[in-house]
Amino acid sequence: MSKQPFEAVVAAHAGTVLRVCRALLGNAEAEDAWSETFLAALKAYPELPADANVEAWLVTIAHRKAVDVLRAAGRRATPLGQLPDAPAAPEPAGPDPDLIAAVARLPVKQRHAVAYHYLAGLPHAEVAAILGGTTAAARRAAADGIAALRRSYPDTRKGADR
Amino acid sequence: MSVPDDLARAFPPDDPDTLRRLRARLAATAQAEGVLDVAYRTLDSPVGPLLLAATGRGLVRVAYLSEDHDAVLQALADRISPRVLRAPAPLDPAARQLDEYFDGARRAFDVPLDWQLAAGFRAAVLHRLADIGYGRTASYAAVAALAGNPRAVRAVGTACATNPLPVVVPCHRVVRSDGGMGGYLGGLDAKRTLLDLEARAAAEPASSPASSA
Repeated sequence: MSKQPFEAVVAAHAGTVLRVCRALLGNAEAEDAWSETFLAALKAYPELPADANVEAWLVTIAHRKAVDVLRAAGRRATPLGQLPDAPAAPEPAGPDPDLIAAVARLPVKQRHAVAYHYLAGLPHAEVAAILGGTTAAARRAAADGIAALRRSYPDTRKGADR
Repeated sequence: MSVPDDLARAFPPDDPDTLRRLRARLAATAQAEGVLDVAYRTLDSPVGPLLLAATGRGLVRVAYLSEDHDAVLQALADRISPRVLRAPAPLDPAARQLDEYFDGARRAFDVPLDWQLAAGFRAAVLHRLADIGYGRTASYAAVAALAGNPRAVRAVGTACATNPLPVVVPCHRVVRSDGGMGGYLGGLDAKRTLLDLEARAAAEPASSPASSA
C-alpha cells in the first residue's frame, strides 16, 4: 500500500483545512493555523498509516492548533471562548460577514462541531473522536450550533429556511 | 436556503490566491526546517515540460512528460519519502543550468547529483556517460567497454532506458553502432532534438566573440 506524495495531500485538502481554520479562528489567525497544521502534518506524514482517513487526520491537527491559539489568546487578554479577532474587526469580509460573525459568537464546542461536520464534511463519529465525548454529544453540539445560528442570524438572511 | 447551505457559502472551500501563497510558504518553511525530503518543480524546455526533483543531497530525478509526472512523483514517494512538495527554490540552480544548456550556452552541468535511484552496473554505466563529450556520441558497445563489461551491451541499453537523470546525465549521446539512433526514454524526437542542439552549438567556437564567424 503506497502513500501519496504529500503535495497531493495538500492539493486535496488545503481548501477544506483553510475554511475550517477560518470558521474556528477568523481570517487573521486562520492562515497561521493552516501553516502550522500542514507543517506538523508533513512532519508526521511518514508515520501515518496508509489507510488512514487523511482529512480527519488533518482536521484533528487543525483542531489542536486552534485550541492552542485560543488558549494563547485567552492568556493574552480575551476570555477563553472569545475570538482573538473580534467579529467587527475590519478584516476582509467573506461573502456573508453577518453569518461569519454569528459563527464567531458560537460557544467553542458548537463552533468546532459545526465546522467539522458542515464545513469539513466529517461524520459525527469522527467529530466525536476529535472533540472527545460521544457521537451523540457531537451530533447535539452541531445541531445546537446550527439552531443558535438560525436564531441569531435570521434578520440578515435573504430567505427563511422554515 | 438553509443555514448549512449559507455556511458553505460563507466559508468557501477554495480561495486560490490565499492557498497559493500558503502553499508557497509551507514549502519554504518545510525546507528551512529540514523536513522536506523531496522538492520538485517543472521546467518548460524544447523537449517538453521536464519534472525536476531534488533531495538534500542533490538532483535526484529528471523526468519527461511521457514518463507521466504524477507516476514519477508517486515513485519518488514510494522509493525515497512521501514528504514530497512542489518547491522551486532548491531547484533553481538546476533549472537555470538546464535553460542555459537548451540555449546552447552550457556544455556540462555543475549541480550536485543524488544517485540513489541508480544502482549496481546501471549506476556504473551512467557514471561513464559524462565521458562522452558534448556534441559527440558513443555506441552502446563502446559504453559497455567503458563501464568495464564489453559484453553487457543490452545492460547498457537498460541503464539508459532507466536513467533517473536524463539530459543532465547524457544517455542521449548513446547510439547504435550501425549509426541508428537507438531508443530513448524521452522519445526519439527528444533524442534527435538534443543531439542536433549539441551538434549545432559544438560547431560554433565555444566562447569566442560573435564577430569571429
